[in-house]
Amino acid sequence: MIETRGLTKHFKDVHAVDGIDLTVRAGELVALLGPNGAGKSTTLRMLTTLIPPTAGTATVAGFDVVRRQREVRLRIGYIGQGNGAGHSQRGRDELISQGRAYGMSTRDSRQRAAELIESLGLAEVADRRVSTLSGGQRRRLDIAMGLIHSPGLLFLDEPSTGLDPQNRANLQEHILALRARHETTIVLTTHYLDEADSMAERVIVIDHGRIIADDTPQRLKDTHVGDRIVLGFLHESDAAGAAAVLRTERKGTQVRLGLPNAPRRAPGILDDLRTAGYPAAEIEVIRPTLDDVFLQLTGRSLREGGVDKELVEV
Amino acid sequence: MTTLIADTSTVFSRELRPLLRDPFTIIFSMVQPLVFLALFTPLLPDDDGNALQWFVPGIIVMSCLFACSMTGSNLLFEIQTGSHERMLVTPLRRPALLIGRALKEIVPMFAQAALIVVVCLPFGFRFNLPGAVIGLVILAAFCIGLGALSYTLALASKNQEWLFWTVQQTLLFPLLLLAGVLLPIENGPGWLRALAAGNPLSYVVEAERSLFNGDIWTSSTLGGIIAAAAVAAIGLLVGVRAMRRSD
Repeated sequence: MIETRGLTKHFKDVHAVDGIDLTVRAGELVALLGPNGAGKSTTLRMLTTLIPPTAGTATVAGFDVVRRQREVRLRIGYIGQGNGAGHSQRGRDELISQGRAYGMSTRDSRQRAAELIESLGLAEVADRRVSTLSGGQRRRLDIAMGLIHSPGLLFLDEPSTGLDPQNRANLQEHILALRARHETTIVLTTHYLDEADSMAERVIVIDHGRIIADDTPQRLKDTHVGDRIVLGFLHESDAAGAAAVLRTERKGTQVRLGLPNAPRRAPGILDDLRTAGYPAAEIEVIRPTLDDVFLQLTGRSLREGGVDKELVEV
Repeated sequence: MTTLIADTSTVFSRELRPLLRDPFTIIFSMVQPLVFLALFTPLLPDDDGNALQWFVPGIIVMSCLFACSMTGSNLLFEIQTGSHERMLVTPLRRPALLIGRALKEIVPMFAQAALIVVVCLPFGFRFNLPGAVIGLVILAAFCIGLGALSYTLALASKNQEWLFWTVQQTLLFPLLLLAGVLLPIENGPGWLRALAAGNPLSYVVEAERSLFNGDIWTSSTLGGIIAAAAVAAIGLLVGVRAMRRSD
């Protein structure tokens, strides 16, 4: 569905996207994860023909994004960061004119608009001015606009930014349902870790315009961070004994251990330690998050809102 | 499959719809030039009773000019909210985006032109219908070009709205004054007449006057057609290029 080679975008001196090689097969759900300014949106804007690359090539839905823009546009849906529907318009009108923009007849557009209004729960607000809609309603309307022509490939740029947790969950459900029903290929960008974690089968971590990791969320976590357990003991002597048995370090009455597949193996460890005469008083199993993965890969946390640690310290 | 005409009609009807749902703004803007006409015409030298004959085509050009130079102002808001970006990702042909938006400004002005003509008839204004229709087609072509340039200006000033208004206002009035819309240029100094000769709008205004009078097969008509076609071509070319480049 998507094939890029050395895709690059420079804005004056800023290397927004710096040589991205990316292959997305039909039916995949891919999340581009990274801090603000990492180059996710710029990548998406090149793939959706909004801006031409400085260098490199990209083929989307079988067509080159520079030379065959129209063919690409006909085959993709795009839901940008802003509101697709004009604020002075009414939702239903916008859906119908969006259908006509894709070459559908007015009759088909009207029918498809009615279906989407129904399935996205917009029946009550579809005939009101867009400016009177709530943020969540507008976002659902944007989704409807992106789906009017039933595209096989859908791009979503930060779909849930600015939504409250309930609306975010609701939106994620809609996207997953869409995929289950129509096997749409979906590429979304996000800086919400839980969103990438819970929705995508494949997470591509982008930083400074480059892909720094690309795998399933689980394998990213296993490969780059892995599970850990923290054991607490009543006496330092017990902790020291346990550290020796487990061949790891001790810190006060605590012992930490990297342990793949920790939830299944932790009870066995507790048994072993009791048998060896160093019973643990408490145990904590720590599973890595994608933030831990990002921290491991870049030395920075995504949760800091993408602020460079180096920059903060200077 | 769509055509350029179908795409243009999609953009045009989308743009026009909010206006039709709230027609009060159109009615209000239609009355404005009538006020202008009523207050300005008595000031014109009227030795041979031809003031209206000279002034009405000019007023029609002026209101179309004001309207289509605003094409970009609605766009500015849609650039900020994101709906312009959404339309750029659709397969709509790029010229259709420019033409459809310009037409939305021009078509209400044509209704206004008809109103002005009707109001002026009792005061002795006479016009030739085929000539006037040809005149309006020429004017529409000019306005599509100017509308496309206004669109381009909006793209260029998307992050600084003041830029749009400054440039628009700075260019609009010289363009208007140097075309002899409000006052005749013929009696002006040589440098002014030279500037007017370089202003494509001059030729359009001159063509409108002779066409409304019924002088159809003249060199003024040809001059107007060439000037309008050139502005339309340049406007669309520049506009399409700007859309490809915008980021």
